[in-house]
Amino acid sequence: MSIQTETTTDTAPYVGRPVERLDGPAKVSGQARFAAENHYPDMAYAALVHATIARGRIAAIDTAAACAVPDVIAVLTHENAPAMIPAPKLSLLDLSTVASATSVNYLATDEVHWNGQPVAVVVAETWETARHAASLVDLSYEELPAVVDFAAEAPNAVPERSMPLMPSKADKGKAAQALADAPFSVDLQFSTPPHNHNAIEPHATTAVWDGDQLTLHEPAQNIPWLRKHLAKRFGIPEEAVRIISPFVGGAFGGKSRAWPGVLIAAMAARATGRPVRLALTRAGVYHTVGGRTPSTQRVALGADAQGKLTALIHTSVSRTGRVGGMAEPITAASRHLYAVPNIHLSQRSVELDLLSNTFMRAPGEAIGTFALESAVDELAWRMGMDPIALRMLNEPDRDPAGGQRFTHRMLREAYTRGAENFGWHQRDPRAGARRDGPWLVGMGVATAYHPSMRMPASVTLRLHADGTVVMRCGMHEMGMGSATVQAQIVADEMGVPLASVHVEYGDSDLPPSAGAIGSVQTASVAAGVIAASTMLKRSLLTLARRAPGSPLRGRKLEDLQARDSGLHHPDGGQTYAEILSAAGRDHLEAAFKPSMLGFVARMAIDSRRWVTGASGAQFCEVRVNADTGEIRVSRWLGVFDVGTVINPRTAASQLRGGIIMGIGAALSEQTLIDGRTGRIMNPSLSEYHVPVHADIPHIDVDWLNEPDPTTPLGMHGIGEVGITGVAAAVANAIRHATGKRVVDLPITLDKLL
Amino acid sequence: MTLIRMNVNGSAKSLEIEPRVSLLDALRERLGVTGPKKGCDQGACGACTVLADGRRINACLALAIQYDGCQITTIEGVDHPLQEAFVRHDGFQCGYCTPGQICSAIGMLSEYEAGMPSAVTDSGGLGEAEIRERMSGNVCRCGAYNGIVGAIMDVAGSDAR
Amino acid sequence: MKPFAYVKPVDIGAAVAAGAAPGAKFLGGGTNLVDLMREGIEQPDTVVDVTGLPLSAVDDLPNGGLRIGALVRNSDLAADRRVRARYPVLSQALLSGASGQLRNMATVGGNLLQRTRCPYFYDEASACNKRDPGSGCDALDGFNRSCAILGVSDDCIAAHPSDMCVALTALDAVVEVTGTGGTRRIPLTELHRLPGQTPHIETDLAPGDLITAVELPTATGNSAYRKVRDRASYAFALVSVAAGLQIENGAVTDIRLALGGVAPKPWRARQAEQLLAGGPADEAAFRRAAQAELASAAVRPGNAFKVALATNTIVATLRELSNEGTRR
Repeated sequence: MSIQTETTTDTAPYVGRPVERLDGPAKVSGQARFAAENHYPDMAYAALVHATIARGRIAAIDTAAACAVPDVIAVLTHENAPAMIPAPKLSLLDLSTVASATSVNYLATDEVHWNGQPVAVVVAETWETARHAASLVDLSYEELPAVVDFAAEAPNAVPERSMPLMPSKADKGKAAQALADAPFSVDLQFSTPPHNHNAIEPHATTAVWDGDQLTLHEPAQNIPWLRKHLAKRFGIPEEAVRIISPFVGGAFGGKSRAWPGVLIAAMAARATGRPVRLALTRAGVYHTVGGRTPSTQRVALGADAQGKLTALIHTSVSRTGRVGGMAEPITAASRHLYAVPNIHLSQRSVELDLLSNTFMRAPGEAIGTFALESAVDELAWRMGMDPIALRMLNEPDRDPAGGQRFTHRMLREAYTRGAENFGWHQRDPRAGARRDGPWLVGMGVATAYHPSMRMPASVTLRLHADGTVVMRCGMHEMGMGSATVQAQIVADEMGVPLASVHVEYGDSDLPPSAGAIGSVQTASVAAGVIAASTMLKRSLLTLARRAPGSPLRGRKLEDLQARDSGLHHPDGGQTYAEILSAAGRDHLEAAFKPSMLGFVARMAIDSRRWVTGASGAQFCEVRVNADTGEIRVSRWLGVFDVGTVINPRTAASQLRGGIIMGIGAALSEQTLIDGRTGRIMNPSLSEYHVPVHADIPHIDVDWLNEPDPTTPLGMHGIGEVGITGVAAAVANAIRHATGKRVVDLPITLDKLL
Repeated sequence: MTLIRMNVNGSAKSLEIEPRVSLLDALRERLGVTGPKKGCDQGACGACTVLADGRRINACLALAIQYDGCQITTIEGVDHPLQEAFVRHDGFQCGYCTPGQICSAIGMLSEYEAGMPSAVTDSGGLGEAEIRERMSGNVCRCGAYNGIVGAIMDVAGSDAR
Repeated sequence: MKPFAYVKPVDIGAAVAAGAAPGAKFLGGGTNLVDLMREGIEQPDTVVDVTGLPLSAVDDLPNGGLRIGALVRNSDLAADRRVRARYPVLSQALLSGASGQLRNMATVGGNLLQRTRCPYFYDEASACNKRDPGSGCDALDGFNRSCAILGVSDDCIAAHPSDMCVALTALDAVVEVTGTGGTRRIPLTELHRLPGQTPHIETDLAPGDLITAVELPTATGNSAYRKVRDRASYAFALVSVAAGLQIENGAVTDIRLALGGVAPKPWRARQAEQLLAGGPADEAAFRRAAQAELASAAVRPGNAFKVALATNTIVATLRELSNEGTRR
């Protein structure tokens, strides 16, 4: 994907400006081409056949009826499909192994490991034929006992290992004793259901083989990981895999690993010798792409008579799949939020015969903050304290669990500004005190928190003699405005107009980006842009200094300013065009390639020195119908401490998007997995209720805009912090409106009747 | 196979299709008109919204053969101030639901102009509540709802009244 | 979707003849049937597209009622001035029934025959007596939040999903059906069957029976539709209430009450109506009547809340109507 920027004549920095999305015109005109929209001559269509038991073996698979359908090209099953090389096991030495979504070798085994596992694929001349023929594949099974009921299995949970580099455990002081001794305490059990991402673009792969070269059009959040994974599975060099992914129709974590669809599409294309499109049905996405773990959580808090916390216990039980999945850092945010001398945080989990759980927007924190922040609110009720005052009183100076300093911490300021702008002080502290017709009105707050991290990203900058700068990085655009914000940074770093910056992204032929995961992409790529810009400017200066008569002779880069498309000092300077022209060059390029080893070492050192996170204060007003229990979120304000905001327009959208997904989690979203069969019973957008227009009021977002001294340009990632704390803010507002504390998500109306 | 004729975005198209082919698949897979998106294939998300003889419909639940002889407008055939307003108001993130949102908004505005009510009509004028209710058949998982409503308010304010 | 033959007759006789053939199915707007066909739940051999028939008019009847052609689109019917003025409950039900796009497609006739949203009906891997007679009912001990509490059987607890039908039921609508034996008129309350031991038989229609129109008697008073669901819009009803209420001198002179989301068919709340008729129009009376109607509810853990929800929603709807009546 290549995009040219708009013209502007302003000289102020581009960072901080609400620049309109550079890909906006393409997206509002239907010109943005998504993965399933690339056509090839002779392309065939594939459809999956899904298992309908949770665990067992395929006793017989009869494909005769499917094969007999005219225009069916192939029906691939474990009896005739070419076997892939098994998925690599997770290894910290090669993070691309995270892309192994499950350990199942699809269509190479008669084993069934989850209800919905693909067990065959039909390739046909048309989509309609493929799907119909898929429905004719007849399977019989030898069933084995399966463990699929999370609630029933939760008591058997075992201690869980934290995700690497994302600690969620902590033990400090004597939490149980302190809780028992506390004059005020709460001890609550919470539950949260499974969630699915539900990006509006279903996963879809268009796979084309040319000899041993594989080209894929695939919506991907992590092109380098997927590329490496595919190369391993198909036994070809990494360079033989090309992934083209300029537009991703939403992802939220769901497109960061190699789920069955992409693998089977590539396999089917290779087996049939045809370009193959495998576009999953919506139900197919539910059955083959993992989602967020359900959880049960306990949060217990003890406080002294003044409200100073003395004990914090937060434990969780979640689930993985027997064939894959990982710990989600449910108790991680509890490490960082409250100054408590006695802390116990631990996670346990169960392995179920279900599809692997996976990353979904703020895995862990999204649901962990629901429990923690609900409990803090409930403690405030017990003590008769204002919930903001209680939080202010317990705001830590250093990281409560690890003792490190914070690089940046402005939660007090966020609450102060939010309280002022939301009208918190007009809130009647009594529950159920405010009524508007049949509606009970309440206000609640909660804290948002998400760690700030970075991953290595390679960036190439090429300066042309005409003054244009081409930025090349295989980064991902799923709606964050990636090209737009990086173009702003390039323009500032190089001192060129935004219109002179071209950004190429979304392609494995480009220098590898950090994944669009963990809210790391923008800051990670920005670090690459800054490094590459410095290299490029240094090379320009070297070139200039070689030219006789250059006003830059004898100058050091540190003394120069990049502006007006050139390098300048107070007494003069040269434009890039002049420098290149004098040197007889038509372009100059700088390629920044970070060392993974150095990066990991640095991260390990930093994590011992300090704690960096994005945080915020979420303010919610709800209206609860006294007759029916219907809940409407009527006002929202999120005030965030996310460091420097690169682009207020796109940043506001991302934060709002997180908040809205959080409102969905609070009120309506849940994946219904039948505890008898492991079958997902609402694999559709009709019955899995994501928020619609009518559910969402104006969402006010604000930020403090103070740079973090340790991050590129002072920024924090903002993709995930928005969702954290949201469900608690809603629950706390409902508590205020109705007097009822609901501890089980989603807070559907029946829980308030 | 049956021969059907449609006018798609101003140009006459004829195609041989099976009766089971949806209007959405006819557009996307047969005619290369990929602006309308497939999000659910069951009328639950609105990403496939197109205008058929000026009325907004879900192309995924329409059999193409039922629209023989119709005028179909997809996002590719739209030239409307809403498009620019969506960019200005940041009424999208990933852009996948956007063609459906815009086609739906165009259909919705003409319904409103024609005096057709909604479940919240009585609220007086085309305010935010009206727009939200009337646009609720278009799901945006990125959560660009505020920008979408803002863009529609903007255009309806300057255009429709 | 299984391949099928497609015919589009231009007169009713031909449509009925085509529809009477084994494996034939009438197609209106497609919003329900196309979805069910894609899911493999409906597998017709022949689809008889009836949208070419001249059944799209809404006409005044000499007695003051209204005759609504079976092919009138939901959005047009909801916007019809006469419907809005005389039968607001119907307009409101249609408007809350689906998105704007779906309302532009869906027809009256199709909506009368809309099939359940029970998750086990939609899932090929589950037991469902409605989809696969004799296979059992996984909803009984499964996810039944959306399922019915009135008129259910041990074989099926699926709820009827239509909003329009609930309003029409309250309005005493009569359905005009033309079949191979001629034309007949069926009160809507008698069109749909309760599941009993044959939940797969949902109506009294025979093959070839084509719904051609719905007739409404003269409107009798103020009416309203109240739908309660899991989102503010674009979701099926957990409970809905269609009500018509007329009060004179504090006493109820006309009451019509129907419920959606709680029964396998649009549920006319006759018991509640009988208790209310002629009595006081106050909150206590509304609640007593609602409770009486729901006394026979057969609940499951997942849908037990519907008793309280339906009771409260009936009370709230009647309260609102009586307040409006008083204000007038």
